[in-house]
Amino acid sequence: MAETSTPSQGTPPEGESRRDFLLYAASAVGVAGTALAVWPLIHSMNPAADTLALSSTEVDLSAVAEGQAITVTWRGKPVFIRHRTAAEIEAARNVNLAELRDPETDEKRAQKPEWLILVGICTHLGCIPMGQKPGDPKGEYGGWFCPCHGSVYDTSGRIRKGPAPLNLAVPTYTFLTDTSVRIG
Amino acid sequence: MSGQQFDNKIVQWIDDRLPVFSILKHSAVDYPTPKNLSYWWNFGSLAGVVLVIMLATGIFLAMAYAANTGLAFGAVEHIMRDVNYGWLLRYLHMNGASFFFICVYIHIFRGLYYGSYKAPRELLWAIGLVIYLVMMGTAFMGYVLPWGQMSFWGATVITNLFSAIPVVGDYIVTLLWGGFSVDNPTLNRFFALHYLLPFVILGLVGLHMVALHTTKSNNPLGIDAKGPQDTIPFHPYYTVKDLVGIGVFLLVYLAVVFFAPNFFGEPDNYVPANPLVTPPHIVPEWYFLPFYAILRAIPDKLGGVVAMFGAIIILFFLPWIDSSKVRSAKFRPIFKQVFWIFLIDCLILGYCGSQPPEGDIVVVGRIATAVYFLFFPTLWVLGKVEKPRPLPHSISAPVLKGGAAGHAAQPMEKA
Ligand code: HEM
Ligand code: FES
Repeated sequence: MAETSTPSQGTPPEGESRRDFLLYAASAVGVAGTALAVWPLIHSMNPAADTLALSSTEVDLSAVAEGQAITVTWRGKPVFIRHRTAAEIEAARNVNLAELRDPETDEKRAQKPEWLILVGICTHLGCIPMGQKPGDPKGEYGGWFCPCHGSVYDTSGRIRKGPAPLNLAVPTYTFLTDTSVRIG
Repeated sequence: MSGQQFDNKIVQWIDDRLPVFSILKHSAVDYPTPKNLSYWWNFGSLAGVVLVIMLATGIFLAMAYAANTGLAFGAVEHIMRDVNYGWLLRYLHMNGASFFFICVYIHIFRGLYYGSYKAPRELLWAIGLVIYLVMMGTAFMGYVLPWGQMSFWGATVITNLFSAIPVVGDYIVTLLWGGFSVDNPTLNRFFALHYLLPFVILGLVGLHMVALHTTKSNNPLGIDAKGPQDTIPFHPYYTVKDLVGIGVFLLVYLAVVFFAPNFFGEPDNYVPANPLVTPPHIVPEWYFLPFYAILRAIPDKLGGVVAMFGAIIILFFLPWIDSSKVRSAKFRPIFKQVFWIFLIDCLILGYCGSQPPEGDIVVVGRIATAVYFLFFPTLWVLGKVEKPRPLPHSISAPVLKGGAAGHAAQPMEKA
């Protein structure tokens, strides 16, 4: 291995580049291998199988009178179910979409116009907006008001004022009968 | 570093094989320290003392704590009522976090005033900022552990900041939570990290010390020591001075621990976490308030988050933004005033962060945020236009009239 210690003495240039190639190839394998090994560590932080399994909730709506609202939990999050009055539906449908920050029609947001079902989490930084209980402030659009940084939602749960960028999310849900719904 | 001679044979035997005593002697006994350091130089060692207190109390708290959403709140009350001296451990730990930040904030503003961030101490400054960032993460996650209302909603609002990141934001938030909201997996991992990060800080403090002992301490005059006549050995002169500081510090810290242990706390955190009810007014711990105010000053989600993180990140670039070669504010009449404006501005931001974002507070918060960021370009301009006062010839020159021979020190002249 004389060439190894004295590469300047007549080592063919091919020898150098072959060694360089081996160095780069070994480094690349090392980097890729480390990245692959890190993935299980990272992915272990994602929701576990049992967390994912708790993914639907059934709700009986028969006791919710018109004008009333209830809050249920789904995946650890509050879900707002509001039995809307005719006036609230009307207000939600007579909005000029161009005025909205996150334009969406009310028809798209409520399968049955009288039942509005929303994830009750402010799209700004995750507080729970007020407007579910009779005495709560509902904001100037009659929907919800977030006390944390003042976001205001309308009777379709659409963002109208304040820092939140998006409408309150609509979860996937299916009506099982006229008065019972499965969320998730 | 090796090759030191020790009288004790056993010490010598160990040192020849593992130079721990040489290292200690070099960096904590003989270490040549500028002889003019003021009491503002005590806060580094004080922060170190608090770190040790946090590690000690934290490890014993962890023995009685349970990181489970069903148990955590009760475990902390159990620590308070039933565990022997549990109340003391917890109050030392809880208030220790506040005093840690008090020390570190004074330490940082000391660095700003005396230009300690300038060449050759840029990396020393940067390591300090990394320590500060890791401290913020540690304190944030520690605050979640008692699982009160503020724990839960603080965790919710802060983790949601990451949802502002375009494209991958929601993915990152789910990854942080380990679920679809802040819940048991979140509490569990926060405890694991809260246990780990203080030891990371310990390692970073080690690096901070290596960098410090390479560049040596700055001093109130901001000029380099020019030789042995400008320095004194660290021991006994500064070990004693640091001890005096520790005594005074402990008096204040323990007075709060014993007589006003909940002074820095929020009553809402003695209400168990309820994922279905947001408290009407969410505030973070006092040490985060200025940044919280900056977050809320920008009426756009992503913009607010960028400004908040930017307010810290920009500090890393300070050594290159500040164009003045003179370190100490003593010789920079305009900078001195700008410094105080900046300090007061940070306090105003803190006040805004503590108030509900309504009416005048919003306007004041925005102006204060603008002033915060204007500080940096101002420093750049100031270095070009300000005329500094003449620097003394050396650290000893102002005291020893006779030794004033020679020319005035150049701004960043080497010894
Ligand atoms: C950088 C140092 C540290 C800081 C800034 C810090 C900060 C905090 C804070 C702010 C709390 C909440 C106190 C409360 O409101 O009750 C807390 C709680 C806690 N910390 Fe730390 N901590 C540090 C180091 C440690 C270490 C090293 C451990 C253990 C290995 C630890 C274990 C705990 C435990 C078990 C709790 C929950 C009990 C309680 O709430 O008092 N901490 N920490
Ligand atoms: S979390 Fe609702 S406005 Fe900020």
